[in-house]
Amino acid sequence: MTRWGMVIDLDRCMGCAACEVACKSENNIATVSPDQADRGRTNSWMKVMAHVEGEFPHTEMQFYPRPCMHCDNPPCIKVCPVAATYISDEGIVGQIYARCIGCRYCANACPYMVKYFNWYGPEWADSELQHLNPDVSVRSVGVIEKCTFCHHRLQKAREEARAEGRELREEDYQPACAEVCPTAAIVFGDLDDATHRVAELKEDPRVHRLMEDLGTQPKVYYLRARE
Amino acid sequence: MRDDVRAKLERLPPDERVLLRPLVETSRTFYVVTALLAAVSLWGVFAYYLQVRYGLGRTGLNRPSYWGIYIICFVFFIGISHAGTLISAILRVSKAEWRRAITRSAELITVLVIGFGAIQPIIDMGRPDRVMNVLLHAQLLSPLLWDVTSIGLYFFSCTIYLYVPLLPDLAIIRDSGIKAPWLYRILAAGYRDTPVQRARLERVIGVLSIVVIPIAVSVHTVIGWIFAMTLRPMWHSTIFGPYFVMGAIYSGIAAILIAMVVLRRAYRLEQYFKPVHFDYLGRLLLVFSLLWFYFTFAEYLTAFYGGEPGEMRAFWAKLTGPFAIPFWTMVAGCFVIPLALMSRQATRTPRGTLIAGIAVVIGMWLERYNIVVPTSVNPRWEIESIGQYLPSWIELSIMSATFSGFILVYMVATKFVPIVSIWEIKEGREDVKEVADRVAGYLPNATVSGAGAD
Repeated sequence: MTRWGMVIDLDRCMGCAACEVACKSENNIATVSPDQADRGRTNSWMKVMAHVEGEFPHTEMQFYPRPCMHCDNPPCIKVCPVAATYISDEGIVGQIYARCIGCRYCANACPYMVKYFNWYGPEWADSELQHLNPDVSVRSVGVIEKCTFCHHRLQKAREEARAEGRELREEDYQPACAEVCPTAAIVFGDLDDATHRVAELKEDPRVHRLMEDLGTQPKVYYLRARE
Repeated sequence: MRDDVRAKLERLPPDERVLLRPLVETSRTFYVVTALLAAVSLWGVFAYYLQVRYGLGRTGLNRPSYWGIYIICFVFFIGISHAGTLISAILRVSKAEWRRAITRSAELITVLVIGFGAIQPIIDMGRPDRVMNVLLHAQLLSPLLWDVTSIGLYFFSCTIYLYVPLLPDLAIIRDSGIKAPWLYRILAAGYRDTPVQRARLERVIGVLSIVVIPIAVSVHTVIGWIFAMTLRPMWHSTIFGPYFVMGAIYSGIAAILIAMVVLRRAYRLEQYFKPVHFDYLGRLLLVFSLLWFYFTFAEYLTAFYGGEPGEMRAFWAKLTGPFAIPFWTMVAGCFVIPLALMSRQATRTPRGTLIAGIAVVIGMWLERYNIVVPTSVNPRWEIESIGQYLPSWIELSIMSATFSGFILVYMVATKFVPIVSIWEIKEGREDVKEVADRVAGYLPNATVSGAGAD
């Protein structure tokens, strides 16, 4: 059984936020005005979080690129009154934008805060409009949106593999963040397929997951930075 | 008032004459207040139009403060709605004779306020046009669906519970001919107060007053569960179901007391809402202020003693942090003020209960604020947050409109139905002997027969 997942090596992450930018352009995430950003309305499916420890000047900083955890036991799905958020057979947690009523219950239920809301409808400059990704639907005002592991790329890769009459290969399906990462800190693949790198990396002694004690069973693994 | 109506009114027996007068006689103050409330309500409708037109961005909500004024008002108004039905049902079931004058005004609050509460989550929706998805794609694991079910059932049963005991009074109005005969002919549904009809009526009321109690309890339990079912600090708590039910009844009693003081003054009902009613309801308020303290103390002590870092951030934000003012105002309103006023006979007067009632209503609104907002801005995952939630004028306008809309429909309703149940008062007068026998029958070695035997 395929279970798509991600391993992020924090030892390699240098906080460049290329993943964030790639995600925004891949998934048609509109930027908001500075005023709206100040009011906490920025949407960022992939976000590089900075974790600071210690008091200045003895501080240590750790970057945490944070996509949706695509939990095997997602708290967001149970609370949705209209089944607009779901988990696919292959473990990807998705959102049906056309059904979402915008109650934001899932956003409150998610301990990782990865569900974003469209406070206003998205707006683009004319020059940007022609660069929108035709494979990703543009969300309307008033609905929740979230990281999808770029599952439109999976659909495309499947079709291509079928057309060429071959199996889907690991490199055929990579989300934008993993593809763009200059230090290859983000590794993506099938956690249940022994030939995929993620299957091996998730057994690394440095591995941990965020808030594992909540029982959400995230499919995004982190490798601790080496001392 | 027209002369023929006045003549008809003067011919009625004393109870009818006093209690039906508001239906045909309206003061200038009433019109002025109605106009003001209508203006505020319309302003709220305009604010909602802007919100629908441009999006929820017009509110002060943000990430992580996904919920605000609307959800607070949802919990608050559904809480107020527990006033009527629960109080009147419990008093009926326990055969408390002093209930007779207050059941109607209480039941009316329930039915009228519940709609204003139930629309709050719809106002809060990003896509209110898709509200039917809740039925079309119902996902029964969601506590919101439990709410839809529970509140729907509650509204349905409370409406019947209001209407059935109204029938004899509607028949009285129809027979008196003082107001809109065609309307009351339909509303009274052929009720003639024959002994058979009366017996059936009392049986239905008897059954309903038992049935509505578990339904009412379920409603606010489920509302508490909306929060409790998430893993969020200070929400994920087993006490929330009963805590919310207790708080709902508490705010409900306070709302009844406020309504009674105003009605007594406006419609000269001093003979019906007597000092004894305020005294007894005041004692009930006192009991609930102590219960409130018990529940709140248990909830906060458990969180504090566990000391889990996520919980503690929300905890200290309330006790000493940015939410200290709403928190301690809540403690004053829900505990200190009602306790001080209601524990003395001298202040369990209409004036004293009015002050305590207002304090409790404000305190209970703040309690819901202190549940929703501090947890929202302090999520378990410490994200880059603006760390505050300030409601916009749109939200405040809609909240004001909800308050004034409710008061408006309540005022208008008092022009169509007697605010004190006429037939129950009359029945009470006739039953004095029977009640005395019943009470005597409670005593050992009683030899009284008849109704006292049960």
